[in-house]
Amino acid sequence: MRFRLTGDAIATVALAAAALFIIALLVGLAYELYLGSSSSIARFGFGFLFGSKWNPNKNTLGALPFIYGTLVTSAIAIIIGLPISLGVAIFISERLKAHRSLGYMLGTIVDLLAAVPSVVYGLFGILVFAPLLSQYIEKPLHESLGFIPLFSGTPFQGGANFFTAGVILAIMIIPTMSAVTRDVLHAVPDSQREAMYSLGATEWEVTEKSVLPYARSGIFGAFVLGLGRAIGETMAVVMVIGNIPTITSNLFSSGYTLSALIANEFGEASGLYRAAIVEVALILFFVALIINVFARLLLWRMTRGANAQG
Amino acid sequence: MTILILVAVVLAIVPLVFILGEVLVRGAGVINLGFFIHLPGGPNDKSGGIGPAIAGSFIMVGIAGLFSIPIGIGAGIFFAEWSSSKISTVSGFMNDVLTGFPTMVLGLFVFIIIVLSTHEFSAVAGGFALSLIMIPIIARTTTESLKLVPTTLREASMALGVPRWKTILRIVISTGKTGLLTGIVLAIARATGETAPLLLTAAASTHYITSIVNQPTASLTVLIYNYGTSGFPVWEAQAWGAALVLILVMLGLNLLVKLTIGRNLTEARME
Amino acid sequence: MTKLSKRFIELPPAKVETINLRATYGKVQALKGINIKFPENQVTAVMGPSGCGKSTLIRCLNRIHELTPGAKVEGQVILDGLNIYDPKVDPVVIRKRIGMVFQKPNPFPTMSIYDNAVAGLKLNGLRDKKKLDELAEKSLRMAFLWDEVKGDLKKPGTALSGGQQQRLCIARALAVEPEIILMDEPCSALDPIATAKVEESIFQLKKEFTVIIVTHNLQQAARISDYTAFMYLGKLEEFGETTTVFEKPQSELTEKYITGKFG
Repeated sequence: MRFRLTGDAIATVALAAAALFIIALLVGLAYELYLGSSSSIARFGFGFLFGSKWNPNKNTLGALPFIYGTLVTSAIAIIIGLPISLGVAIFISERLKAHRSLGYMLGTIVDLLAAVPSVVYGLFGILVFAPLLSQYIEKPLHESLGFIPLFSGTPFQGGANFFTAGVILAIMIIPTMSAVTRDVLHAVPDSQREAMYSLGATEWEVTEKSVLPYARSGIFGAFVLGLGRAIGETMAVVMVIGNIPTITSNLFSSGYTLSALIANEFGEASGLYRAAIVEVALILFFVALIINVFARLLLWRMTRGANAQG
Repeated sequence: MTILILVAVVLAIVPLVFILGEVLVRGAGVINLGFFIHLPGGPNDKSGGIGPAIAGSFIMVGIAGLFSIPIGIGAGIFFAEWSSSKISTVSGFMNDVLTGFPTMVLGLFVFIIIVLSTHEFSAVAGGFALSLIMIPIIARTTTESLKLVPTTLREASMALGVPRWKTILRIVISTGKTGLLTGIVLAIARATGETAPLLLTAAASTHYITSIVNQPTASLTVLIYNYGTSGFPVWEAQAWGAALVLILVMLGLNLLVKLTIGRNLTEARME
Repeated sequence: MTKLSKRFIELPPAKVETINLRATYGKVQALKGINIKFPENQVTAVMGPSGCGKSTLIRCLNRIHELTPGAKVEGQVILDGLNIYDPKVDPVVIRKRIGMVFQKPNPFPTMSIYDNAVAGLKLNGLRDKKKLDELAEKSLRMAFLWDEVKGDLKKPGTALSGGQQQRLCIARALAVEPEIILMDEPCSALDPIATAKVEESIFQLKKEFTVIIVTHNLQQAARISDYTAFMYLGKLEEFGETTTVFEKPQSELTEKYITGKFG
């Protein structure tokens, strides 16, 4: 077809340009991160991921404490947040089926949590929640279960530690996970539930044995989504984790995460130190990428499965 | 089992009530007209205000919008109307990756490409960083809204001899415009509440800016962060005040969306 | 092999004809070489069981078929001596000469009745209010809708009943003053009364236009069409005057379909 300067041609090119910009953005991001961290990569190689000492003065830099911190806080967030999200989702989508508007209202309230900016979570965390958590939950846990390595440290008054950060993260990811789970449960066809009921199952049995298994992939997808959010979160964490690179099983110890490091240290860093921090950003980049691909695969499997089961 | 579920619901709601309550109680005492307009004061200065921060947030979200709305909508239209194109597949995937991407990394990226080359913190840098967060949201909600427009409407328009670009503009977008606007408002709300991207791009400031390209620019979120972690009670109180202002703005925007589409917010916000 | 009525050579001049028209959806061959001449200013019905390709055929006539991703067309469609699939031809221009009414009424939801009726004109730049008013009334009258809506043309197009919406869509197609009107089972979503009204308007239309209507309703075809094409599995099985095809079908398949042995 001969090329004509038609409205269609212009529109196609302009719109495609917008789409291409997004590609350029991500490629540019990857490129700059790689470029900026090259001296660090050259110096530390793969050992960077496993080195547990972070000493800028001696140029001994290992990212393990931050990877550890990110993983631990995210794990706590998921362990606390996923069951709660599931409970809320089940309550709204299954138990409140007959009371649509009540369910909607409840859902709105939970979703409102998502509208709270992360820095406000951090503010709340550091000035109100952390001290409270420290006094009413962490201290008692330490005093009663202190023999378990997890609770072996003494929580400081301020409460800036892995545990507090994990709890705050949990609160932050609950709205996202519960909303996705709600949609997923909603999509389970009634015929599944009815079949179970007609076999004489109780309400919970129907949920446990019919609805949840059917929605398995979707729930897993919600979990992955929440995980992605928790891993990338910066502000709330940086305000309540204490910002001391530590690898320890003690949850009441201060710690550090990948994103918190970038927030605190990048401003004044230079040379190799700066490159190391950029490398930390590169690690985050890959983690976010992998989680995203994983979530997509899950979503694809879930829709395929749903179609197959018709 | 039901008890556990009810416990879960309570545990989910209590934090919200708690946070909003604290922000309201601690922030309300600080807010007065002067608070909105005055320049910031020292750590013990009760008469200091957050004027520059409000202005800065407003300006930077505005800059972000100028950039992200055309690109986001443009890409969103392309994904919906040229969905079989390879560009759509690749760009769509990358758009998904960018959605909910660690914002600190985005801030770092903009630092490298703008701040390092201009040797300045600036509102433009901050605005650009915010736009990186807004683009994926706008693109995704645009695509979803346009996909909901029935194909038969496109065919009806084309069958009348209306060229494709006009069909998209006057029929498809017109029919899906509510969704498009929702996406934009959601993105604006999201950008207003962001902190990490601004730390390395606009940094912080104590006065109203006179230029958007060569000065650090204050913002509500960075102010809350700095004041909240300062350890000074007056500043901490002002951080609560700023948080209250911020929450009111966010709630206002979200309410706007709820009223116009009356549907679940987080679905559209899916990160 | 297409069985043609012996009186084929006496057909009135063809407004549009297809030559070896083939069409695919991805891997599926929907049309396997159709040669057909649609007579001018007549109503031709295209019939056949589900999946025979009748909708695909008319969608190839106004180049709508190719808009579906993965759809392809080969062969020729000649309109007034011009092959509309010639690479130099702009499909947009063709579509202004050939109008289409779809199976389910599809008025534009953001437009009023008036705006829907003149949508094809306004979207293509016509601004003259007088001319627009004129054409709106003319086309709504031809669609037998004018009397029912003239009181409030500003009402949204979607506020009308199903049958009225379909007549609005007919008016919309008529307003651009095409030469051919294609109709893809226009009454299948309508009740009998609405159907009757639509059929009434079709009857009048052939004075000014060439009408090609896809239908699975045999009685409807017998009622309103002058010529009938019977299609089966992507091929044209029989074509001729409606009375002949119905009373003395040449092909056994046609006979079986008409007597309801399959559908």
